[in-house]
Amino acid sequence: MDPLEALVAQIQGLSSTSSDVNRLHSILKQADDSLRSESTRLFPLLTQLDPSIHSLGFLYILEASMIGPVTKTQAETAVPTVASFIGACSKEQIRLAPDKFLSVCKRLKDQVILLEAPIRGVAPLFTALRKLQVSSEHLTPLHSEFLLLCLLSKCYKTGLSVLDDDVFEVDHPRDLFLYCYYGGMICIGHKRFQKALDLLHNVVTAPMPTINAIAVEAYKKYILVSLIRNGQFSISLPKYSSSAAQRNLKNFCLPYVELANSYSTGKVAELEAYVKTNAEKFESDNNLGLVKQVVSSMYKRNIQRLTQTYLTLSLQDIASTVQLNSPKEAEMHVLQMIQDGEIYATINQKDGMVRFLEDPEQYKTCEMIEHIDSSIQRIMALSRKLTAMDEQISCDQLYLSKAGRERQRYDFDDFDVPQKFNI
Amino acid sequence: MDGDDETSDPMMDEIYANGGGDKGDKRSRRAIMSGDQLDVEAYAALYSGRTKIMRLLFIADKMKNAATQLEALRMAYDEIKKGENTQLFREVVQKIDGRLGPNYGVDTAWCDAVDRRAEQKKEKLENELNAYRTNLIKESIRMGFNDFGDFYYAHGQLGEAFKSYVRTRDYCTTSKHILHMCMSAILVSIEMGQFPHVTSYVSKAEQAPDALEPIPIAKLRCAAGLANLEAKKYKLAARKFLETGPELGSHYNDVIAPQDVATYGGLCALATFDRAELKSKVIDNSNFRNFLELVPEVRELINDFYSSHYASCLEYLGNLKANLLLDIHLHDHVETLYDQIRHKALIQYTHPFVSVDLNMMANAFKTTVAGLEKELEALITDNQIQARIDSHNKILYARHADQRNATFQRVLETGREFDRDVRSMLLRSNLIKHEYNIRALRKL
Repeated sequence: MDPLEALVAQIQGLSSTSSDVNRLHSILKQADDSLRSESTRLFPLLTQLDPSIHSLGFLYILEASMIGPVTKTQAETAVPTVASFIGACSKEQIRLAPDKFLSVCKRLKDQVILLEAPIRGVAPLFTALRKLQVSSEHLTPLHSEFLLLCLLSKCYKTGLSVLDDDVFEVDHPRDLFLYCYYGGMICIGHKRFQKALDLLHNVVTAPMPTINAIAVEAYKKYILVSLIRNGQFSISLPKYSSSAAQRNLKNFCLPYVELANSYSTGKVAELEAYVKTNAEKFESDNNLGLVKQVVSSMYKRNIQRLTQTYLTLSLQDIASTVQLNSPKEAEMHVLQMIQDGEIYATINQKDGMVRFLEDPEQYKTCEMIEHIDSSIQRIMALSRKLTAMDEQISCDQLYLSKAGRERQRYDFDDFDVPQKFNI
Repeated sequence: MDGDDETSDPMMDEIYANGGGDKGDKRSRRAIMSGDQLDVEAYAALYSGRTKIMRLLFIADKMKNAATQLEALRMAYDEIKKGENTQLFREVVQKIDGRLGPNYGVDTAWCDAVDRRAEQKKEKLENELNAYRTNLIKESIRMGFNDFGDFYYAHGQLGEAFKSYVRTRDYCTTSKHILHMCMSAILVSIEMGQFPHVTSYVSKAEQAPDALEPIPIAKLRCAAGLANLEAKKYKLAARKFLETGPELGSHYNDVIAPQDVATYGGLCALATFDRAELKSKVIDNSNFRNFLELVPEVRELINDFYSSHYASCLEYLGNLKANLLLDIHLHDHVETLYDQIRHKALIQYTHPFVSVDLNMMANAFKTTVAGLEKELEALITDNQIQARIDSHNKILYARHADQRNATFQRVLETGREFDRDVRSMLLRSNLIKHEYNIRALRKL
């Protein structure tokens, strides 16, 4: 009997109970090398297996069959198979061999990109991600792949659903860097600048022994987004960020730092001139669109400043103070800002006057109270988590042995668990 | 002035009527008189010694008007001729450049004679000092150094003079001597423009154990005031000038004239004091009133400022400006002080009102509504005035911060920040832990 036939029979026989599956797993591990050597013959075998029942065996054979380069036509046939497998497979079985599962998913991603149809990978990868994830706080390597596909296919909304989870558990730092970077871009695409800023902030301040390309690109976007969102940018990173980042990041992003300086002068003409002369640099970084948003945010910022000083102001005056070309243009800006809830104002078209109002929020409504309550709950949960984490670390053997070693140098008698530690 | 809207409106009319009314006219005519060309002769008569020459030269440098310039130079020339400073003499002659006729040319004979005499005197002083030193008579040595200081000062070698005066310090036996040393050092330091020295010697003199006479106290206050003024500490400068006793008279006219005390003190006080302080420390200050009587314009403008007649106050200031710019000590600070005074006037004007008509306010400040709007905008942006401008109706409305809303806003914002920070901190700590684990695994 052909060894492959035998293997298929074993897979069919040993896929019911968990102890059987474990045995099957060891058999498959042994057979892995021989499977790989026959990778071309494997694909037809898959028809004999049911992905929902024989998930583990299906996974091994599928993985082995996908090694080696693929042509477009091969990919055409493989993609639906992989997609339906991901949809049908059982969580418990694939979690036994996460490496294999990851590799299958990565190949799927490569293939849909090869087919120039990234959208076909979005749904399967989302399912795969949820199946592989132990909890919603767990960041799998699939997160970044999934977000990449979302970006390529412009399915920003789908991406956001993943980004709304808070991640704490990370398998590999690189996953986090990519996850936050792509996530930041998706949020930018959705104009959720605060969230984007948070994500990019995570990249920039993450502990890193040496500087990496992801961090540099993230830092560029971080500068731009913080200008759009906050209207300012401070060149110094918080002191908990790694020294490599503090020292080197800005040297890689000089045009952006200059842009921030030019922004801080508050002069639109200067900023525009600077952007014009450096447009190529921004273009080559694929950031020109974002830079243009920075410029237009300056108009907004200046209009917002006017609301602090004026109660009414003519559109003509707004145009001249903010350096817009015509009152009409000023009206459009003001209108847009009122619509976006960035300022509170009414326009009197008869006299061409704008009347700025105070923030109508009185913090008295039920919704507001609910909002505040939910915020309090959230913070309390977070604080509990913090305490738990604290306890966990103070019981961690590695930490204790290290802290104890360091402590000894100062004080031999004191073997107490240190109360304070810096993260 | 602190009334509500109804009562303050008629008052406002009055204010603005005062600014442009007949009463104001009378005042301004007088003010213009004093704002006329500076009377150099009268000005110079207030001072003596080196400062007179330096002030004249300063005026000559700054003055655009050729006639006045030459007048100042001529007086400086005459004044130097009375002294022994040949170095300065040559400079002045160069500046005159023969424009005043043959009588004001290089008097070589005089120069040589003075230099020769100086040479002899120096030799004599050196001999004397050496003799005193061998005899170890403290008082004589002190006198010797002091004479040297006087000698150098007269000849314009200020650095040497300062050193000689300071050297007398080791030989001072009474507090009077110390005071004398300090006064000399202060005088030379002011001439040199070394105001940090002035401060330190003033405090040294004030530490003297014996109570000082009123005149030296007044002198020290003036010197301290000058030092603070130069250091741009206008409030402290104002305090020092205001503390100056009327005993000063013309005793210190080799540094400062009582008129200057009034001007410097008055302007600094206006720029930095609040209303209550202005009332208690300037207007009700009987000592300082004596000084203010000497410069009626400053007195008037302080009173105008206090009684909110801003238009006439600013008019006085404008008239005084040209002359103040010719003052050797004040010229650098005029712009800053004027800006501060104007800002304070604007703030004070708006303070008691719920709403202010910009037309009236512009009238009161003798400016255009557009210009006023710009000034107010700057002050509002700076958060010095809590108000908003109704540019349509040209009215300024006071704005009252809603504490409750602000608190809510801040609470929510702080919560968000905390949330963000903690999350990213947890993430980072996990990353660190992760790296640590990898390293530990590698070791195993």
